[in-house]
Amino acid sequence: MIVLITGASGFLGRAVAAEAVAAGHDVRTLQRRPSGVDGVTDFLGSITDADDVATAMEGVEGVIHLAAKVSLAGDPHAFHAVNVEGTQLVLAAAEAAGVSRFVQVSSPSVAHSGSALAGVGAEPASPEHARSEYARTKAQAELLALASDSDRMHVVAIRPHLVWGPGDTQLVGRIVDRARRGRLPLLNGGTALIDTTYVDNAASGIVAALHRADIAHGKAYVLTNGEPRPVADILAGICLASGVQPPRWSIPAAVGRTAGSLVERVWAVRPGADEPPMTRFLAEQLSTAHWFDQRDIREALDWSPAVSIDEGLRRLARHER
Amino acid sequence: MVTEAASRPPHNLPGLDPRFSRIASVPGSGLDAGLTREWHYLDNGDELARLGLPIAGTILAVHGNPTWSYYWRELLTQSVQAAEAGAAAAAAAGDASGAAAPAWRIIAVDQLDMGFSERTGIHRPLAQRVADLTAFTDALSLDGPVISLGHDWGGVVSLGWAVDHPAQLSGVMLLNTAVHHETGKPIPAPLRLARARGMLAASTVRTTAFLETTLALTSEPLDPAVKDAYRAPYRTSARRGGIGGFVADIPVDADHESYSELDRIATAVAELDLPALMLWGPRDPIFSDYYLDDLIGRLPHANVHRFEGAGHLVAEDVPYADSVLTWLGDNAASLADPGSASPSPREAIAAASASTDSDDSSFVPLWRNLDERADDTTTAVIDMSTRGQRGPQQVSWRQLSDRVSQIAAGLTAIGVKKGQRVSLLVPPGPTLTAVVYACLRIGAIIVVADAGLGVKGLTRAVRGSWPDFIIGEAPGLTAARTLGWPGVRISTAQLPKVSAAALGVSYSLRDLITLGANTSLPAEPRAEDDAAILFTSGSTGPAKGVVYRHGQLSALRDVLARHFEVTADTGLVTGFAPFALLGPALGTRSVTPAMDVSSPRTLTARAVAAAVEASGGSMVFLSPASILNVVATSGDLTAHDRSELERVHTFLSTGAPIGAELLASAATIMPNATPHSPYGMTECLLVTDITLDGIRAAAGGTHTGVCVGKPIGENLIRISALDSDGAATGTPSTEPGILGEIIVSAPHLKDHYDRLWLTDRAAARETAIDTDAANAADPADATTAPDAPSARWHRTGDVGHLDELGRLWVEGRLPHVIVTATGPIAPVGAEQDVEGVAAVRRAAVVGVGPHKLRQAVAVVETISPTRKPGLADPELTAAIRASTTLPLVAVLAVPQLPTDIRHNSKIDRTRLSEWAERLLAGGKPTAP
Repeated sequence: MIVLITGASGFLGRAVAAEAVAAGHDVRTLQRRPSGVDGVTDFLGSITDADDVATAMEGVEGVIHLAAKVSLAGDPHAFHAVNVEGTQLVLAAAEAAGVSRFVQVSSPSVAHSGSALAGVGAEPASPEHARSEYARTKAQAELLALASDSDRMHVVAIRPHLVWGPGDTQLVGRIVDRARRGRLPLLNGGTALIDTTYVDNAASGIVAALHRADIAHGKAYVLTNGEPRPVADILAGICLASGVQPPRWSIPAAVGRTAGSLVERVWAVRPGADEPPMTRFLAEQLSTAHWFDQRDIREALDWSPAVSIDEGLRRLARHER
Repeated sequence: MVTEAASRPPHNLPGLDPRFSRIASVPGSGLDAGLTREWHYLDNGDELARLGLPIAGTILAVHGNPTWSYYWRELLTQSVQAAEAGAAAAAAAGDASGAAAPAWRIIAVDQLDMGFSERTGIHRPLAQRVADLTAFTDALSLDGPVISLGHDWGGVVSLGWAVDHPAQLSGVMLLNTAVHHETGKPIPAPLRLARARGMLAASTVRTTAFLETTLALTSEPLDPAVKDAYRAPYRTSARRGGIGGFVADIPVDADHESYSELDRIATAVAELDLPALMLWGPRDPIFSDYYLDDLIGRLPHANVHRFEGAGHLVAEDVPYADSVLTWLGDNAASLADPGSASPSPREAIAAASASTDSDDSSFVPLWRNLDERADDTTTAVIDMSTRGQRGPQQVSWRQLSDRVSQIAAGLTAIGVKKGQRVSLLVPPGPTLTAVVYACLRIGAIIVVADAGLGVKGLTRAVRGSWPDFIIGEAPGLTAARTLGWPGVRISTAQLPKVSAAALGVSYSLRDLITLGANTSLPAEPRAEDDAAILFTSGSTGPAKGVVYRHGQLSALRDVLARHFEVTADTGLVTGFAPFALLGPALGTRSVTPAMDVSSPRTLTARAVAAAVEASGGSMVFLSPASILNVVATSGDLTAHDRSELERVHTFLSTGAPIGAELLASAATIMPNATPHSPYGMTECLLVTDITLDGIRAAAGGTHTGVCVGKPIGENLIRISALDSDGAATGTPSTEPGILGEIIVSAPHLKDHYDRLWLTDRAAARETAIDTDAANAADPADATTAPDAPSARWHRTGDVGHLDELGRLWVEGRLPHVIVTATGPIAPVGAEQDVEGVAAVRRAAVVGVGPHKLRQAVAVVETISPTRKPGLADPELTAAIRASTTLPLVAVLAVPQLPTDIRHNSKIDRTRLSEWAERLLAGGKPTAP
């Protein structure tokens, strides 16, 4: 199958592209920088540029749409331009090019209202309840994608939850960096159970969604390792694998949330180079349970994660050394 | 009073399907002769007819005061749903004949002047109301079998109709009601108040006080919309006349106009020989257990379920419609064909206690030794417990035999009869022993609840079993007085007149002995007569009364004697009450060591040695909690103590299974004893047994759980496998390695639960086990008596599995099973793995998350206790995860695991699971 993967230069995108190549597909990628993945054809461009998208889409049968602005804070317009308008462009181009399978890579935050989630399925995306610009625009994008599901083009939305692994600068990089600088507190002792996803599992699940789009289409699925862990366990595991002292200090969750929203507001006025040290969204992510029912996705995609968290941490440690 | 035609209820009342609402014109009778009355009623008959379902019979439901037919809404709806589901299931099964489970038509009337029926303006005494109901059923030309159903004063009216229609009636069902009130006994206070001069009209008609008070009689406040629905027909004082009329019609004494009608009904009810069901909410200030007890006396064959905690409006507090439909289904054949049951319900219970087909020759009553050793001056019972301040109390066989006969005669003299209940609030010791055997001898049923239940639990137990007599010491009698427990009070001690009067004590034991001097004893009860009600510990919900018959208690004694080879010379040292009481029945000397019998933890090693020395006993029974302290104090033993303890040849840990280590350390102070750890429960005190060597032999294998050994004597064990939902739905089998609910059968198994029909039903669910077939495949059971297919079985609520050698492994309680996405997991195996980690003292494995998606969490108490509850440190977490194959999403450490106070050794997993759930959702780290 000729497959177009957008955003293949990112941490997850590279893994997905490699997985698709390994599955025997003819893989093209679309993003501004070279993907660096062996065996793919890079189309350099922006998903916000209709011409770039149309060119890359020509003759394509399956699309995995990963490209997005991923960040915890920042300019709302920039989020909208990439995540909503960009997705609209990619969907329209895919329909025009006669694409039959479309995997929208989404995020569990599209349905996260801030309350604890324990063993829930994929609730409908809900932009009005989203807790960050990222989540709001990704929710809109997912709704657009699923609305495009039809007999001609089967659309599946996959929401991988907290993807991590070797070479990850987003989650692992930030955790390690902050832990090193002593700026990573635990909220309420870090006891909230969260689901995470080792990168190889996210990649194999997303490619499985492409293969099973004819069966799984029209729905969104949360994808995880299916091994919920307390936040502190995960942070400690990642820190230890990276040779950094795990966080030891804990602050009450309410304090974290207040501090987060305060910092967020200051950041909006005087944006710095880095992400803010704590956002309200992050505070909620780190202090409330969010783990998911994995029965549906495993059945629909006929897939299960191959790498356990413990094995993932071992691979991370090997990579960091 | 005002008149007004019948009307329809509003269309939007919660739970009421407006399609059921009907109005009928009914030619009046009695006071209404020549008039026509309009009735509003609910009827699901047309709905069933529309579905084309065959109708087995009609339930005629009568509401009380001040409710209306709305009270029965759920039954109408569910009856239709159940019929639809049954038809669908039959269709799916390809049953072309359409022989679906029978459907039940429900007709629920609004009595005249009540609900949405006509306001007649005429006072309607009970006899008129019964005639009204007949007029109504005549007008509907109701044919086919009818089962009456009534609540509150509607119960009386429905029973009035029932006794007047013997040809049509096929059964009766009652929710909180009454048909008789003892003359001279004051009526319940709330009714006295409502009827007080000048109050009646004000409380019932002019204001909504009576209505509102009744609507508050639920355990949880009613949904405001439901409350409003109950108020709907009673918006104005003109519409509330019937409420006042009903209250005025309560026959408070023999002079009341309705007294004779009530008496007629009550008398006739006691003759009904048809299936009967009573569903009761005991938290009812009006229709208390007193009236339930009276009704059970009239309908002794009734299926009775008391819903602990439910109130007067029991139908609003519990899923009564389920229960009613279940009962209708169970009795469908005889309900569809009035009087067809053979034997009839009354014949059936008479046969059960008539012993025509039982082998009475094998029945040796518990008191036989007391008769045979009436002249034996050797010691029978020694009490060294700290209660006897004058040193150890010794009682010879002759003294005990005399005392038992005297008390038995005294009890007979004051009117205690076979089948009456005597609640015993006496701590273990010679007095309790004498009273127990005296009651058993005359056929009185002893009611025994452990003081460990606490005042609240004891009150429930005593009120629930509604004893006719209470025998107690001052503290128990004070509680009985203060908390209004039923029963004629008898004090074990001679009390000063003033105190006796203050406690409402009618007799002392000494009074009884005097009164009984010239009374001869009644005939001995038989094996089939009820003997005892023992209350469960209450660690798994409200304490339940477990009923034993004489034959079952004798069987318990016999299995104990045979299995542990107890002879007259054995001598029992026991800090565990149930077995202490069996000493005289076993014909051997028994001694209670120095301890506070209500607190097993007060028993020391030296006290055990002293008891062995005093009694020459060679068999020691200790509860798990007392073993801990005996081991802890073993350093105080002198050389002399140790040599006395060498005499012990058998040692039993009686209670929750304990680990090999603790059992072994207890054994070191009794070097010649074989330690045993039998497994049992209140419902079946001895199920299996294992020795310390047996435990050691079982260790190290691949099996998970606690090995409790093989069935004792003729006991049988089956496992009902758990399904993916965590429910024990598997066909009971002996197949090894299958996790399921443990099901037992034994000659000494309890007979039933007291007034808990649904619990009985659940405990015997799908246990019609073909033991003949099983025996053919299982030579281990070849010794089973040929009549084993009729064996009585009991679902224990414990889960576990059998192994290839027929040994039972207990893996926890059914409610503690963790139902994960991949299936059910019992906690005990993983707990043992985790407890194998060096730093861990105790562990509990509980589930968090939604049903069928639960995740296992280990909660541990560490050897060096953690200060704050929270996540265990990463090293310990890793070690614990590595110790077990069960995936653990989190490891939590706590300073102390919450322990169920009723069982010193049992961890309160339910509470722990809720705590872990909160913490792992991101809640504040509080203590569990």
